Amino acid sequence: MKKFALALGLALCCARMAWALPADLVLAVAAGDSDEQVAAVSKLVTSGDAGVAAFFQALLDGNVQVAGGKRVLIVKDQQGIDAASGEKVEPLPADLDDAVVNNRLRGTLESARSALRLASTDRAQRLAAVKTLEDGAGEEMLPLIGTALERETDADIRKLLALVQASVQLKSADAALRLAAVKALAQSDNPNTKMLLLGLLEKKGESYAEPDAGVRAAAQASLQAVQSRLSTADRINQIFTGVSLGSILLLAALGLAITYGLMGVINMAHGELIMVGAYATYLAQNLFRAQAPGLFDWYLLAAVPAAFFASALVGMALERSVIRFLYGRPLETLLATWGISLILIQSVRSLFGAQNVQVENPVWMSGGVEIIANVVFPWNRVVIIGFALAVLTLVWFLLTRTRLGLFVRAVTQNRGMASCVGVPTARVDTLAFGLGSGIAGLAGCALSQIGNVGPDLGQTYIVDSFMVVVLGGVGQLAGTVYAALGLGMANKFLEAWSGAVLAKIAILAFIIVFIQKRPQGLFALKGRMADA
Amino acid sequence: MKRRSFVKSIAAGAVVSALSMIPGRYALAADTIKVGVLHSLSGTMAISETVLKDVTLMAIDEINAKGGVLGKKLEPVVVDPASNWPLFAEKARQLLSQDKVAVVFGCWTSVSRKSVLPVFEELNGLLFYPVQYEGEELSKNVFYTGAAPNQQAIPAVEYLLSKEGGGAKRFVLLGTDYVYPRTTNKILRAFLHSKGIQDKDIDEKYTPFGHSDYQTIVADIKKFAAGGKTAVVSTINGDSNVPFYKELGNAGLKATDVPVVAFSVGEEELRGVDTKPLVGHLAAWNYFMSIKNPVNDAWKKEWADYAKAKKLPNADKPLTNDPMEAAWIGIHMWKQAVEKAKTTDVDKVIAAMAGQTFKAPSGITSTMDPKNHHLHKAVFIGEVKADGQFNVVWKTKGPIKAQPWSPYIPENKGKKDEPVKK
Amino acid sequence: MMGPLASHIGRLYGRKGWIALALCAAVLFVAFPLANLALPKGNLLHISDYTVALTGKIMCYAIVALAMDLIWGYTGILSLGHGLFFALGGYAMGMYLMRMIGREGQYQSDLPDFMVFLNWKAYPWYWSFTEHFWYAALLVVLVPGLLAFVFGFFAFRSRIKGVYFSIITQALTFAFMLLFFRNDTGFGGNNGFTDFKRILGFHIATAETRMALFIASGFMLMLTLLFARAIVSSKFGRVLTAIRDAESRVMFSGYNPVHYKLFIWTVSAVICGIAGALYVPQVGIINPSEMSPANSIEIAIWVAVGGRGSLVGAILGAALVNGAKSVLTVAFPEYWLFFLGLLFILVTLFLPQGVIGLLNPSREKRA
Repeated sequence: MKKFALALGLALCCARMAWALPADLVLAVAAGDSDEQVAAVSKLVTSGDAGVAAFFQALLDGNVQVAGGKRVLIVKDQQGIDAASGEKVEPLPADLDDAVVNNRLRGTLESARSALRLASTDRAQRLAAVKTLEDGAGEEMLPLIGTALERETDADIRKLLALVQASVQLKSADAALRLAAVKALAQSDNPNTKMLLLGLLEKKGESYAEPDAGVRAAAQASLQAVQSRLSTADRINQIFTGVSLGSILLLAALGLAITYGLMGVINMAHGELIMVGAYATYLAQNLFRAQAPGLFDWYLLAAVPAAFFASALVGMALERSVIRFLYGRPLETLLATWGISLILIQSVRSLFGAQNVQVENPVWMSGGVEIIANVVFPWNRVVIIGFALAVLTLVWFLLTRTRLGLFVRAVTQNRGMASCVGVPTARVDTLAFGLGSGIAGLAGCALSQIGNVGPDLGQTYIVDSFMVVVLGGVGQLAGTVYAALGLGMANKFLEAWSGAVLAKIAILAFIIVFIQKRPQGLFALKGRMADA
Repeated sequence: MKRRSFVKSIAAGAVVSALSMIPGRYALAADTIKVGVLHSLSGTMAISETVLKDVTLMAIDEINAKGGVLGKKLEPVVVDPASNWPLFAEKARQLLSQDKVAVVFGCWTSVSRKSVLPVFEELNGLLFYPVQYEGEELSKNVFYTGAAPNQQAIPAVEYLLSKEGGGAKRFVLLGTDYVYPRTTNKILRAFLHSKGIQDKDIDEKYTPFGHSDYQTIVADIKKFAAGGKTAVVSTINGDSNVPFYKELGNAGLKATDVPVVAFSVGEEELRGVDTKPLVGHLAAWNYFMSIKNPVNDAWKKEWADYAKAKKLPNADKPLTNDPMEAAWIGIHMWKQAVEKAKTTDVDKVIAAMAGQTFKAPSGITSTMDPKNHHLHKAVFIGEVKADGQFNVVWKTKGPIKAQPWSPYIPENKGKKDEPVKK
Repeated sequence: MMGPLASHIGRLYGRKGWIALALCAAVLFVAFPLANLALPKGNLLHISDYTVALTGKIMCYAIVALAMDLIWGYTGILSLGHGLFFALGGYAMGMYLMRMIGREGQYQSDLPDFMVFLNWKAYPWYWSFTEHFWYAALLVVLVPGLLAFVFGFFAFRSRIKGVYFSIITQALTFAFMLLFFRNDTGFGGNNGFTDFKRILGFHIATAETRMALFIASGFMLMLTLLFARAIVSSKFGRVLTAIRDAESRVMFSGYNPVHYKLFIWTVSAVICGIAGALYVPQVGIINPSEMSPANSIEIAIWVAVGGRGSLVGAILGAALVNGAKSVLTVAFPEYWLFFLGLLFILVTLFLPQGVIGLLNPSREKRA
């Protein structure tokens, strides 16, 4: 780090120099052993050369290659330039080997790059640089950080820089400086700070690591502040994961709730309808990859309706061919739909292979957004929560504001009477079943973005869907929503405490007990319910 | 209750039992040697095991094209135990007693191997097991062509402890909940103790097969990592690896902060994952597809041609991996042993296997240890590249002899380095 | 001459029925042992060990099918979690068999292998006394029975019926499956119990022991058949059928259906447990996948295929479906699931009385 400080000093005062890196250092970085590489990187940073940043970036991108073990080239899109001189190399030599970049070198390169970038004009680069420094800066960085603080105009970066400065000053010899540092660190929300403060309060035999009592007291106070901030972060994380799981359960169970409420049929093939939706997404992805690779990131826009209609069609076909003949015999329907699920699984297996298929997240769904330190909300889960909300709103709109929805509600409440009044129950059945299946397809589309897509996808979600439906009751959509969110959050809270498996078992046990007390679920239809 | 229906039902039952005997009757003596292939072609392990079935069939085709073994062609008998361990035992019994195969190439998870082991020992069959495992077993009827812990797990953790590997001070041992991760982690814990790492710096976690929600676990790893430079040793198996790596990538846990070394993740398992956020994470194997040597190049080409010809799924991007290489070595060594013993009789072939050698695609000459039924293997540690291949960052100088009874488990004191007569 | 019990038993079947039963007994208890043990291997009439094991397994399944028929065919309770009781009985027997391995496991220790790699030093409390066969036999009966009793008591009392009941039995078996998959639960986790050496002092892998287990399964099957027959042809059985057909009326007539349902439910679970205990030594392994929801649903299809409400139908269904499974998963593994799925659909749509209904058309007139 010391070398980087010097480097920055030089960079700050020197004008831009031409690209002229020492060839032996460049070769050492690209092809030497681990220690040689780190030493060479330090020396290169010291040189203050303009080409250093580009060379480091090329190494991190994996674009550096060594020709014949002697010459180092940066190769991008078939264009090669010499890493040492920056000149174009044409034609590309034949015997090119990739430069070996391992984790240690990568870490060193990233620290070097952030040291260089502290002085960059680009705000994003400066922010990224400070964040890297957060993970560990040495004392020799202090003058560097001090200078950067003076020059820094952006408030967020100033705050982070101040915290980094404070964390370094903790090791200072001056007690007053340490006290100031400890007080400043109370603002931190970085878990590393907690370890640093705990380190101060550690007892070594009889005496503490921190000799000054005033500093110790301040450290204790700061520690409490940091810890409460960290536990808030934890809680936010838990709530988010709970809501995320809840949204997935909601998507999976919504369709089932509609068909069960309508026809009193538990559709054991529901999981497979989810799977059909996921495979439809896979096919849409392949289509885009083959026909319109430039638009690949937007394949989801086509996949969503594709998944909906694929599953809806399959569902309607099932209803017409098998389920309507079993009307009034719910147990037989259960078995028949189980048989359908087996057939669907095997068909998909025969068509697409027994192995999982790869569904890639589009670029805008990869990665995450950092809300506060150490709380990262992955984009794919955020999008799915939004998607679930959208689907829920659409379904609510459909059920409450359209004619079909009116008919569906009527048939759910009293089939006989609805038929008497002129509702075409057979058609309503088919359409509603299609709707429920279509929603299952949408769930499959969402699931393809977070998990594996294989023929057994449905089996993993069927028991969960049942539990949500059984818990929520079939009177209103609200039942499904509350049940899904409740189960998701309960699962995640228990998981933090006892592990995933025990949490799941506890949830299942809870549902079994709950059903004894309230067999019709949370939100049940009111009115006389004769024997099924 | 009508008598007629009763009698008819009994007749039906008799027909059924007769039907069940038919497969046995089909095994007419032809001029072929039957070879059993026992790999899951469906279920959670299909992602890993299907290619093993294919590479075994490719080897059989190659051997048959060169004239077969002892003048007879090899006839594969492929069954699908569907990632279901009791079904593995049943299929193994069927292969040995009904189909009367001379040898079985199969199994991946240690559970499946432990389920079939009693069958092989009872019926004196021969099994070639091509996957890295936890050791703690040495059966006369099995040849282990995969790595024992000292040929994979221990060198990987040593690398992580070293300066070059990041100098880790805390370890998260994350695995699927069954015998292989449990035993491997027991060995690794003892190894870490011997290197001065204490229990408070070791965190052991398990998830069931097929688990797919790793949010909480990744959050826990982040928290644990705040206490010091942490590395994760992953023994997650099957398709759970895909959601785990996705979650890692999305949570922003980079390999330079917390490197993850996996023992059951190879080129094939990375196929379903966006590998850009995973660059730098590690795997330890005895073979990587990216190793450059003529034997490997020829083998990769043969596999690519075979996959295209047989229209295998994913033939547009053919990948090879360590268990495939181990299966390849195993079947060729078996062929050589049969030719040396001039018979397929199991006991004679077992004796002839001792000391067999074969030029392996990993670049070394693979040797079967004369006594302990394991191969001598070289160890490679590779980092994930953005294209899903592995970059070899460390390797042993030459092959290492296997220690199936790990010296880090105290109960192993006094165990012999060869199968014990039961 | 014959006591009242014997004459009561005698009235269970007509003369032709008894002859058929005797024929079966002859085949199972005389022909099979002779053909397997006495005849040499090359002989045309020799029955291989594999067939003996397979038939024994199918007989255990047939016992389960009978149990299922009692509660579904005759009482109208569709349980999709009966595999749980089967597996629990199997695990209880498995605990005894694991104890009998003694020091012959991989680690040569007093504890089973899976406890050694978990670093446990002693058996947990729930493993105590399982080295005694009579205690394990008691567990085989008590554990499924008690679980069924408690579950049934609360479920039937709350009047949970029909589809909801089926779903929560699914939840029950799923929860137990997850529990048993955990290595920390102390039942071998994913490995389950395997590598058995001895039962009651006899070496488990010999043909003689296999045949003995086979005969025991056959005997148990006959016993269960007679017992079930006794129940369904009695007054108790008539109340059960009434509960299936119109439960409210039964209540209004003054019977408490809860008692009847609870009794038959518990009995059915105990029968499954015993079947499981006979199954495990023959198959040589038990693992939590026996508790999977899919397994339990398959039990329902055996009964549906054979014919609900007919005891012989249940046995027939179990034999047919499992026989087909053994043949098809070898000959046409990709088509087995198609076949099974189609079976589910066709039987529920077109064959509500099952195969027995086909063989015996007059039965279709029954309500």
